[in-house]
Amino acid sequence: MARALLDDVIDVYEARSEPRTEALPPTTARSPARPAGLRTSFWVGWLFVAPALLFYGLFVLRPLLYTFWYSLYRWDGIGPSTWVGLQNYSKVFTDPDLLKTIVHAFELIAFFSAIPVLLGLALASTIRQIATSRLALAARTVVFLPQVIPLVAAGIAWSWMLSSTGVVNQVLSHIGLDGITRAWLGDFSTALPAVGVIGAWVLLGLCTLLLLAGISKIDPALYEAARLDGAGPFREFVHITMPSLRQEIGVCVTVTVIAALASFDIVYISSQGGPGNATMVPGLEIYYQAFSERQVGVASALAVVLMVLVLACVLPIQWLTRDRDR
Amino acid sequence: MLGRVRARWRIGALAAIVLGAFAAAGCGGPGGSASTTAATTSKATASAAPTCGKGPVTMKGYFETGFPITKALTSEFTKQYPNVKWDIREDQFAVITQNAPRVLADDPPDLMRLPQVSELVKDGLLKNLDAYAKAFGWDKWPASQLQQMRLGPGGRPRGEGSLYAMGLNFSMTGVFYNKKLAAKIGMTSPPTTLAELDDAMAKAKRAGILPIQQFNGGATGGLAFPLQDLMASYGSPAPINDWIFQKDGASIDTPTNVKATQHLQQWIKAGYFAKDVNAVEYAKMMSRFIAGQGLFMFNGDWESGNLDKKMPGKAGFFLMPPADADGKQAAMSAPLTFGIAAKAPHADCAAFFLNWVATNPKARDIAVQVGGSHPMGPADAHMPPVKEGSVTASTLEAGSKIGEDNGAMDFIANATGAIYAKSWTPQLQKLVAGQQSPDALLKSVQSDYENQVKS
Repeated sequence: MARALLDDVIDVYEARSEPRTEALPPTTARSPARPAGLRTSFWVGWLFVAPALLFYGLFVLRPLLYTFWYSLYRWDGIGPSTWVGLQNYSKVFTDPDLLKTIVHAFELIAFFSAIPVLLGLALASTIRQIATSRLALAARTVVFLPQVIPLVAAGIAWSWMLSSTGVVNQVLSHIGLDGITRAWLGDFSTALPAVGVIGAWVLLGLCTLLLLAGISKIDPALYEAARLDGAGPFREFVHITMPSLRQEIGVCVTVTVIAALASFDIVYISSQGGPGNATMVPGLEIYYQAFSERQVGVASALAVVLMVLVLACVLPIQWLTRDRDR
Repeated sequence: MLGRVRARWRIGALAAIVLGAFAAAGCGGPGGSASTTAATTSKATASAAPTCGKGPVTMKGYFETGFPITKALTSEFTKQYPNVKWDIREDQFAVITQNAPRVLADDPPDLMRLPQVSELVKDGLLKNLDAYAKAFGWDKWPASQLQQMRLGPGGRPRGEGSLYAMGLNFSMTGVFYNKKLAAKIGMTSPPTTLAELDDAMAKAKRAGILPIQQFNGGATGGLAFPLQDLMASYGSPAPINDWIFQKDGASIDTPTNVKATQHLQQWIKAGYFAKDVNAVEYAKMMSRFIAGQGLFMFNGDWESGNLDKKMPGKAGFFLMPPADADGKQAAMSAPLTFGIAAKAPHADCAAFFLNWVATNPKARDIAVQVGGSHPMGPADAHMPPVKEGSVTASTLEAGSKIGEDNGAMDFIANATGAIYAKSWTPQLQKLVAGQQSPDALLKSVQSDYENQVKS
């Protein structure tokens, strides 16, 4: 239910991030001389869109409407339901356990968005400088690999690495940091950051690749000119790379913010929301509410709130990173 | 400008249509009506016990992964009744728990492994087995075997009323111990009082042996095992059962339970559990215990067969000792619950199978040798021989002791569908981390419980 909503959101924003065509000059086809032709092409257009529209309606719009409908009832998923109006929404905003999941989602943004985007920028510009060497190819492959590995496998591997006898603690003991070794996913203060690290690792590759693609489109003449004017690598980065990557950064931030707010799989595999709800996020809570507590109404209300929240976070990002020159 | 106005009009129209649709739907919300409940009583009459008939039957089963007992029983049944074939789907228990209502409603199996049943009975998804019980004479078995599967009208309270499920066998929990480590600290026989158990743990700790290997990570708070054992050690199992069975006015927040939770906290503070217990899953606990890490483990007899195989002669089992030397003993004991969907096409054959499991000597052998637990059925029925000194032998013996003391309890995690994942687990994890006090822990669980029972 929630996934469908979020996929919808992702679709919308992926579509948005593509070059806009609305600013094109009006076509001359609308001449009054050929009204019949216009009518035909109008219907032919709809015919082409119809199959996609049908599936979009069936698998995106319909579940969305159903979710909203369910959110107005108290219902266990099987038996009779009772109309409760907006009561489920007030529960979402007053129940401290539910509110906390939303706070956790925002904390995850630091790991899922900030680290991959910043580190991705650094990595991409480093790889650009060695673009012709074999090393660049190897680096690109290694960094992108996490995107290829199924998330479930990655989650399991990371939970081993972060366990009390895992690689992370072994390395820490070796360099004399025995004092801070712990079961990273089982400790209240470190569980959420540990989950965040897994997310950062997964998303870093995506961001790096997107930014690299953006960098390769930048005219090399700009760098040459800058160097002739005496700019160092840092100034090049600030004055050429960063501004040219405005749109790519926008896409990266959008995708990763959505991944943070709508996170489910990484948390489900690595910590299941524990210990003591320390890593409970809205996506997981929706799932527990619907299938374990059988509170379909509350789950749906939280899903709707989450969707609105994602939109509220992503729309300003889209607006800020919009290419105003075009 | 015109375009914008038109767009606004369109949004308005869309909103009106959506709201209209909801208003129209408002009179009938999602979900069915409650009237299905009435149609679930079985057709069997007291005079003729149902059978599987002579014609070919394909039974649809939905069982739990990792329990070889169902496979062994269904194969043996087909050997004895060749007209019956099985179409079996398996899932992990957590998946079954989440799927149960939908599967029972949309794709009803003839026989299904069941989680906590009260909500399923409330929705009229399970067949009422009273008529079968009468026809087969299940009502003449020791009453405690079937008590947990009896429910009042609408699913509350549990423990009395009509029968809605049956067990393939019934399991018993207690304390497993590593005999080699026990010898090291001079523990020659199982402790008989709580003080002796404490003493053994203290000695182990001093000797550098981990006193308790337990799981408490992820969504499965395994400290509920020692906690409930301590509750039964300090108090009587009856009020705990009342709470699990959702009797009116029942509370988990009682003075003896507070004492039990404080005792658990002492164990935590004394470092009797592994430092990373909040990150230990069930499977990790088992592999660590089998590898000799840990003197005690609070667990159930479904592992007896496994331990007899993996550490033969090295593992022992005892029931949780009482706080006072002359106190009675109690243990969590629950049937391996199976039920028949209200709309199952071959309900009679499923009931015949359940009766066969409890009464056929071959089936009873399987219940013990493959399942590791005590079979259901009459008290004087055939019992298979077990190896002297094995864990299985001691768990079966413990089973009869619990019967004498009338000390069987259901698991506190089974009180409602969500109480384990949403209350016990996070609360016990907080207790380990020192973020929760025993008193507040029980109050919090009780308030969640009241909310869930009310809804």
